[in-house]
Amino acid sequence: MKQIKHGIITFLIIGIFWQLVITVLQINPALFPSPAGVGKAFIELVTVGLKGSTSGLPLISHVSISLIRFFIGYVVAAVVGISMGLLLGSFPTLFSYVNPLFQLLRPVAPVAWMPFIVLWFGIGNIPAIVIIFIAGFFPVVLSTASAIQNLDPIYHKVAQNFGLKKGVYVLKIALPAAMSQIITSLRLALGTSWIFLVSGEMVGAQSGLGFLVMDSKNCLRPDALLAVILVIGVIGLLLDTLIRLIEGEITCR
Amino acid sequence: MQIEVKNLSITFEQDEKKMTALKDISLDIEKGEFVCLLGPSGCGKSTLLNAMAGFLKPTEGEIFIDGKEVQQPSISYVTIFQNYGLLPWRTVEKNVTLGLESKKVPKEEQKKIAKKYIEMVGLKGNEKKRPRQLSGGMQQRVAIARALAVNPEILFMDEPFGALDAITRMKLQDDILNICQTAKKTIVFVTHDIEEAIYLADRVIILDANPGRVKADLRIPLGKNRDRTSDDFLRIRDKIFEIFHMKKEENIEYYI
Repeated sequence: MKQIKHGIITFLIIGIFWQLVITVLQINPALFPSPAGVGKAFIELVTVGLKGSTSGLPLISHVSISLIRFFIGYVVAAVVGISMGLLLGSFPTLFSYVNPLFQLLRPVAPVAWMPFIVLWFGIGNIPAIVIIFIAGFFPVVLSTASAIQNLDPIYHKVAQNFGLKKGVYVLKIALPAAMSQIITSLRLALGTSWIFLVSGEMVGAQSGLGFLVMDSKNCLRPDALLAVILVIGVIGLLLDTLIRLIEGEITCR
Repeated sequence: MQIEVKNLSITFEQDEKKMTALKDISLDIEKGEFVCLLGPSGCGKSTLLNAMAGFLKPTEGEIFIDGKEVQQPSISYVTIFQNYGLLPWRTVEKNVTLGLESKKVPKEEQKKIAKKYIEMVGLKGNEKKRPRQLSGGMQQRVAIARALAVNPEILFMDEPFGALDAITRMKLQDDILNICQTAKKTIVFVTHDIEEAIYLADRVIILDANPGRVKADLRIPLGKNRDRTSDDFLRIRDKIFEIFHMKKEENIEYYI
């Protein structure tokens, strides 16, 4: 609660200061919009959508399109990442063969693949989903694999002693034992995925929040641009809060 | 003879150097015996136990249990570790049923067995708690219940009470003796605590370090219900002190 209060105060102060600077210094709204201008643009986005836009959709449609893409990409990344992480963590030799490849690909910004992705999948939902997948996959697979490998050896001894088969060990012992680390990696992946969703949509889509950023730019509407940026930030914040709640719920048990 | 160790040697490689943990150890353990492996840190007593339990492969020599060579751990001889090895996300009951799940025991049967052994180790009413809600002593009791639940022939105990305070430790020593009498198990128990060894064991095997080898093999000629302060108890303790060269008789030479 205290955090929320402090947050609101900070935003109020920034808003007042911002409006003050704009009015006192007579800044050209084409260079930097005023809070009131951003507010107006926000209402315009919510009610009729960006005027002069090629898509003509209201904000809520763009938000839901983005969220759907995001959830598909993120859930696939989480499922594939965790399963592959479990597999690689349980077979260290295999991991040592695959790891160099992962380390090579991981530092490449997912958007760099965009030309290929657009070439193969065209423009639309898939490129954004693929970008989110790439952004989310690496942190999840790598930390799951290393969590499994670095488990206390006593778990393995106990499993061996009680005659648990390898697959049963992985599902009944290794996975829950590594769960808190896996959840942390899912939270980190959520953040990066959301960041790359926007860049993915800026290049490879005709709808969604990233597209709206480009659209505002093309329509020369800095007020709308800033409103979209704030919406992206708020949704990212909400997603992070949500997964923190889930994380707390799971690790407290 | 239930456990036979024949000319066992174990060497580890550490930083390109060969370390001999155990050298040419031979010993036999009878069914139903309570044997303590006693020695200072680094004498290889845990290594010996881990080899008998199947967690470590001998470099040389063989180990047989019930006439079969030990190749890997088995559910018929369960190890109890110093740090318990419980699964923190499972309840006490679910921890105890772990071994029963792989034995494909039906669910209701599992519950019944778990209940029995949780009662036996004195944890009735804690079935739904999680390990971290219990004290160290109680957690070790859960591990003991989990081991007994699969009805093993042998219990290997690797300094099981090493992390507990002195009073809890004595309480658990009494309990393990009771359990051992009711459940009739062979127990191989690693400790560095001389009194613990004398209090518990039918037989104490004393190991020496660098390289690990058997230094002495003592029968403890004391009955049940041992008294830590009795003359016989202290006499045996004295004898073990002597074996470890911890008696200070030589000091008399410097008396003026």
